[in-house]
Amino acid sequence: MSGAAPLLVVGDLNVHIGESHVLQGVSFAVRAGGITGLLGRNGVGKTTTLRGILGLVDRTGSVVLGGEETTRLATHEIVRRGVAYVPEDRDVFAGLTVEENLRLAERAGARHRYDLVYELFPELKQRAAQKAGTLSGGQQQMVALARALLNADNRILLVDEPTKGLAPLVVRHVVDALRRAAEIATILLVEQNLSVAHSLVRDVVVLDQGRVSFTGDVDQLMSDPALARRHLGLAAAGSR
Amino acid sequence: MTTVALLLVTGIGLGALYFLIAAGLSLIWGLMRVLNFAHGAFFTVAAYAGWALSRNLATGSPGLQWAIAVLIAVAVGGVFAALAEVVLIRPLYARHVGQVLVTVGLALAAIALVQGGFGSDPQRLTLPAWMTGTVSVLGANVPNTRLLVIAVAALVFALLIFFLRRTRFGLIVRAGVENRAMVQALGIDVHRAFTLVFAIGGMAAGLAGMLAGTYYGTIDPGRGTAMLIYAFIVVIIGGLGSVTGSAVAAIVVGVLQQFLNFYGATGVGDFSVVLLLAVVLLVRPGGFSGAST
Repeated sequence: MSGAAPLLVVGDLNVHIGESHVLQGVSFAVRAGGITGLLGRNGVGKTTTLRGILGLVDRTGSVVLGGEETTRLATHEIVRRGVAYVPEDRDVFAGLTVEENLRLAERAGARHRYDLVYELFPELKQRAAQKAGTLSGGQQQMVALARALLNADNRILLVDEPTKGLAPLVVRHVVDALRRAAEIATILLVEQNLSVAHSLVRDVVVLDQGRVSFTGDVDQLMSDPALARRHLGLAAAGSR
Repeated sequence: MTTVALLLVTGIGLGALYFLIAAGLSLIWGLMRVLNFAHGAFFTVAAYAGWALSRNLATGSPGLQWAIAVLIAVAVGGVFAALAEVVLIRPLYARHVGQVLVTVGLALAAIALVQGGFGSDPQRLTLPAWMTGTVSVLGANVPNTRLLVIAVAALVFALLIFFLRRTRFGLIVRAGVENRAMVQALGIDVHRAFTLVFAIGGMAAGLAGMLAGTYYGTIDPGRGTAMLIYAFIVVIIGGLGSVTGSAVAAIVVGVLQQFLNFYGATGVGDFSVVLLLAVVLLVRPGGFSGAST
């Protein structure tokens, strides 16, 4: 993971949820540009890591974004420094229309890329007046991604399992959108579908039981069946 | 027919008062998950502030004096509620028992202070002459105050709907009622929305305090607490977080209460409201609006 200076540096991140010590000193760096994958089996703390970066859970440790320590900032202040979040369950506002969901994501002072959003997801323009709660899962994922892409000053997108539960055709659409998004912003991607992850990411951070077990190049991990099996489980070996 | 018309209008008038209290309660719960037992204190303190600060003004017009009292009550209700949110409730977010204790404590303390300052007896309001008259509706002589309360509540309802549907803050409130964490994750300072919603709720409660004084002809320290119980019922029946649900539920509760208190034995109307609450909770737990919370 050498080369460009890291955009995001997570250091010794610890999160307790109830009695569970979910993150146990997670440290890694995300270099600017492209997609970094945050991988690992179910329940190892991937979503909690994203939520910890955003301050949506109580945590200790440090999160440095573009050289600025953000650990003590409130969630909205972190987001205003150019972080966008696409949560695992999409979390669109069901009672608001598609257009209202997007309008809510508009940040003052930022250029709003409606042209890009509607180019990537033309369906959203047609359904602007429709309540987001009545959309299909794939369409809701488009709304969630569109919100993240809307503000031109977003530097990093935290994207949590964007293909989960989607039909193969929609998965391809989402993958294309992420590839396009990676041209304009850095992405930290949590993805359980390893073939999708392998096709998109450059660097990987693998979590195991709340700790980082591997960091490096995705091909290095995926091309070594023993290494992939050790860190990601049997199904990982040879996926592309 | 005359009696039915009278009961209907006075029931809607009572419902209008319930709505003014319930709308704020509903938004506060929906957005912030705060069960605000101090809402009745906003009602009472604001009504007394409006009455006490305007009664010695030499306006020369009871109508102007009443209007000034209403404005003072609205302002005091809003400021009191905003201060309560910032100073007492904000440090206790996610600590629900603490919130209940602090809002109950605030309600008890504020009402005790009002009683200490002005006594426990009701205070008579000076109303302009036109308010003490009646107007014929389907043959019934309906007091003008009932119609005034209904008109003001309808205006407040329209303003709230405009605020929620047509302004960015309203958009934030509607989204926050659904998913507060995601609103923050979009870079929005949700605490500002909390304070604003508390202030709006307090202003509506203050307005209700003065309008209840106008409706009954007097203000008294216990009325806010008494009406708060029905307002909570209205909020639950209407659906937590829904202003429209609260409006519909408030009218249903007010009319039901008036009719059954008149045609049934004493207290049947009040009891029937609790029965209605139980039926709604069994049949449609999310209330009229169907909110799942």
